Amino acid sequence: MNVATPTPVTTHASSTPESRTGLRDKIAIRNLEFFYGDNRALKNITLPLYANKATAFIGPSGCGKSTLLRVLNRMYDLYPGQRATGQVIFDGQNLLDADVDLNLLRARIGMVFQKPTPFPMTIYENIAFGIRLYERLPKSEMEGRVEQALRRAALWEEVKDKLNANGLSLSGGQQQRLCIARTVAVRPEVILFDEPCSALDPISTAKIEELIDALKADYTITIVTHNMQQAARVSEYTAFMYLGELVEFDETNKIFTSPSDRRTQDYITGRFG
Amino acid sequence: MDASLYNARRRRNGLVKVVSVSATLVGLAWLAIILGVLLWHGFSGLSVSVFTEMTPPPGAAGGLLNAIVGSLMMTSLAVVIGTPIGILAGTYMAEYGRHDKLTVVVRFINDILLSAPSIVVGLFIYEVMVRPLGHFSGISGAVVLAVLVVPVMVRTTEDLLRLVPDTLREAAASIGLPRSLMIRRVAYRAARAGIITGVLLSIARISGETAPLLFTALNNQFFSTNLNAPMASLPAVIFQFALSPYKDWQSLAWTGALMITLAVLALSITARSLTATRKSQ
Repeated sequence: MNVATPTPVTTHASSTPESRTGLRDKIAIRNLEFFYGDNRALKNITLPLYANKATAFIGPSGCGKSTLLRVLNRMYDLYPGQRATGQVIFDGQNLLDADVDLNLLRARIGMVFQKPTPFPMTIYENIAFGIRLYERLPKSEMEGRVEQALRRAALWEEVKDKLNANGLSLSGGQQQRLCIARTVAVRPEVILFDEPCSALDPISTAKIEELIDALKADYTITIVTHNMQQAARVSEYTAFMYLGELVEFDETNKIFTSPSDRRTQDYITGRFG
Repeated sequence: MDASLYNARRRRNGLVKVVSVSATLVGLAWLAIILGVLLWHGFSGLSVSVFTEMTPPPGAAGGLLNAIVGSLMMTSLAVVIGTPIGILAGTYMAEYGRHDKLTVVVRFINDILLSAPSIVVGLFIYEVMVRPLGHFSGISGAVVLAVLVVPVMVRTTEDLLRLVPDTLREAAASIGLPRSLMIRRVAYRAARAGIITGVLLSIARISGETAPLLFTALNNQFFSTNLNAPMASLPAVIFQFALSPYKDWQSLAWTGALMITLAVLALSITARSLTATRKSQ
């Protein structure tokens, strides 16, 4: 696969070096419950997300894995009638607290969606737009940052001659990498992937998976996926969810070879789901 | 297969096809006749003097300059007043107040306003503006047209912003974009062609309004750009001249009608081509 080697990125001030070695909780979810109106969609979830590791959420449709992901950057706050209780500790603070600044939180916890969602503007602007929210950079430096982000998303070689083309003119797989570049450009600490490959062809999927693997060096990754091979390929840890409950959380190897719960076994062997 | 069943269905299909095609032709025929008559009568009166001279007294030569200028002034002013109000209200309904009760109420009232007879709106502005001011004026003509622009813009803006997918809003939120910036830089941009189309269509709608202008701007035989005085407009002049017994006035009325029709046609075509490019993106 011809994927450009990602250039090193200056890491965020708060992602400390010691996180590279041992297991450190980047996010600790404790007794999390989630409600769509009166409907309880997540039941007493307790789960760590380790720094600089990829954690996959798997489970059948409607099990709550996307809901769980959307709690982590408070995306549900956009909609009335949705609420979460419990704790989600992120760098010592409960991010469910009412006084959390959502815009700053989302700058630190980025998200890539199921369908590619480039903004209706040029490729360059798609990236620069997010950077400008947080930093005032001279033009040359901005161009460097945009290039860096696009290289990080393995898209630079394909778009370097048409940075002024509309982001929507790219192919689906390129659009998704543009969205990853846009997320990376803001320099988050955690990146949430919500079924990032389900709308893509196999080749684009392989590229995105390689990318996720490379991003682990600098970011904590959480990925929701329907594709169990994908979970096995990209993640170190896997959480299996069923009917709003966390059934099992362990190293990915263990989940896929010797799960301790019967339901996990049934799911990964394809008996339901 | 039962052949008679199939044949009966074929006959019914053929019949419905004939009926619907002829209904379409009848509708189109009227349009063609109207345009044809308009071209026939209007074109003959079209000359440079129409654009350079004022509306004449009966029996004299003249043009429509004062009416054209009046129409342009009142229409543009109406768009300048009405469009921001409509866009901002539509933005509230589609973005900030999407889940609020107030939005439901506003939408209901706006729909009533959208289909309210313009003569009623004219009477209303007559009562609240013309009577207190004590005289007819161009500004009250512009205000009445603005009141007609607002509901169109509210509706268009709300509909088009609602067409902007929520995934785009979430994507904007996911990089920490505050809502105001999301609306300005992402949602408006995605809905831009449609909103411009809405502006063009609302201009098309008000450019032929007559009754509300008779209540407010009335008419003016002379050239005037004074918004505080009665002002001529193409529809009012057409109304007055077409009903007159004088041949040259009637001829000018035809020419004015042709000009309005062509202007509205041009606006519609522009609006359509804008919508088409939006879809092909």
